Amino acid sequence: MPDYKDRPPLSYYSTALPGVDYSELQGKLIVVEGPDAVGRSTQIRGLKPWLEEAGHAVLDTGMARSALAGKGIKEAKQGNTLGSITMTLYYLTDFADRLENEIIPALRAGVVVLTDRYIYSVMARAIARGENRAWIEKTAGFALVPHAVLYLRADVPDLISRVVVGRGAFDFWESGMDLRFGRNMFDSFVRYQSRLIRVFDSLAAPYNFQVIDATRPPVEVFESLKASVARIFDGDDNPAAGRRKSVRPAHPSGSFRAAATRRKP
Amino acid sequence: MQFFLPNRGPGRLIVVEGIDGSGKSTQIALLSQWLRLRGYAVAFSEWNSSPLVHETTRRGKRKEMFTPTSFSLIHATDFADRMERYIIPLLKAGAVVCADRYAYTAFARDMVRGVDRAWVRNIYRFALKPDLAFYFKVPLEVALGRILGGRNALKYYEAGMDLGLSRNIEESFRIFQGRILAEYESMIEEMGFHVIDATKSIEAQQKEMRRVVLREFGVTRPPGVLGVELNAARLHA
Repeated sequence: MPDYKDRPPLSYYSTALPGVDYSELQGKLIVVEGPDAVGRSTQIRGLKPWLEEAGHAVLDTGMARSALAGKGIKEAKQGNTLGSITMTLYYLTDFADRLENEIIPALRAGVVVLTDRYIYSVMARAIARGENRAWIEKTAGFALVPHAVLYLRADVPDLISRVVVGRGAFDFWESGMDLRFGRNMFDSFVRYQSRLIRVFDSLAAPYNFQVIDATRPPVEVFESLKASVARIFDGDDNPAAGRRKSVRPAHPSGSFRAAATRRKP
Repeated sequence: MQFFLPNRGPGRLIVVEGIDGSGKSTQIALLSQWLRLRGYAVAFSEWNSSPLVHETTRRGKRKEMFTPTSFSLIHATDFADRMERYIIPLLKAGAVVCADRYAYTAFARDMVRGVDRAWVRNIYRFALKPDLAFYFKVPLEVALGRILGGRNALKYYEAGMDLGLSRNIEESFRIFQGRILAEYESMIEEMGFHVIDATKSIEAQQKEMRRVVLREFGVTRPPGVLGVELNAARLHA
């Protein structure tokens, strides 16, 4: 388990943004990642009020929501000509706009930023489509290193039931139909999503993901997420730190408590 | 370092670069026309012209929303779309593709905007290496005279107003173009540009371009490169 108390201030992966003073960034950056239909937005809907109740100001943001490129991406996805390098760079344009105009100003103001997907989804989609891994890692390298990356992990059969029950239909892009991984949307979904999950798994260690088993009921997943998020605030000289007691018991068999118990002489 | 991917042809890629007012667009138009008359199948692609990102770029420019990073990325997106959808398929088909500005434009402009050099150059690694890259070398004052004389409405980003170089748009344009010029000059050798003296007459510049094209491509059309006669021959086969 990484030691969040000794974390350095927010920094970037490989390329600094021009004009940003990283030492000013006081807030916390929390990423919820995972494949399509895994339940990210449901969990974020729960995490936001929970954090606010603990006294944190929260900004929630997510992919393709930028003022600059959000609309353009949605329109581009309506067509049938979006190539995978173009798609990758369009999503990174969207990300850059949100990073510089929303996320960084919020962090400067000490806000907790909760983001639905991050560069890892853009990277996973590009890699699953056969693009060069070193290229995309370097291109996305201007991203901030988050305080936590909560990776909701599920296998394809779980995703299928969520798509069918929750949405009632398969999505063209979520099925990787731009590259036709299978003869029909279902086959393509299965192959593409399997690939995506393999790529996400391969990103977990280098990018320090906390893997959260998302095949469990949403309530249990939520408890795990809360425990992970609570650890970020441990040791902070912050009013919210005093709330740890109310947070910790929420995760009865959590690794945090086990570790804390073991540390006693 | 390898900047681009090799063009495995059979088509040929010709690009022109230079600051605003260097006359490169006039020259590539004349060259395309000449190639067509010689029987080549010629296609043309202009910087910042992808219909897919057009609205986003327009919105960003109108509302002055761009940062150096998002400005760099949206132009890379535009370039990628033209590359994936237009330039690569046409080169594979055997066309001569003429590009008015190429990745070098991003290398020069983004650098002036303070973006990390290695980062920008990495982005364009998916681009194909041009078979010929012409650089239109012109003193700043000559280019400024052509631009400031012809059009009086300079645009915000074109003048580098986002850099806060000067509150006067014309002054900002001068400083910005001067810095871009310096970036281009530093790339000449590194990128293997064919330098065209853009202070010479239009006719003299065009003559020089045609001489270089004939020298590099040969007097007869290389095998696999599409042309009118080739199509006619196929029709009769």
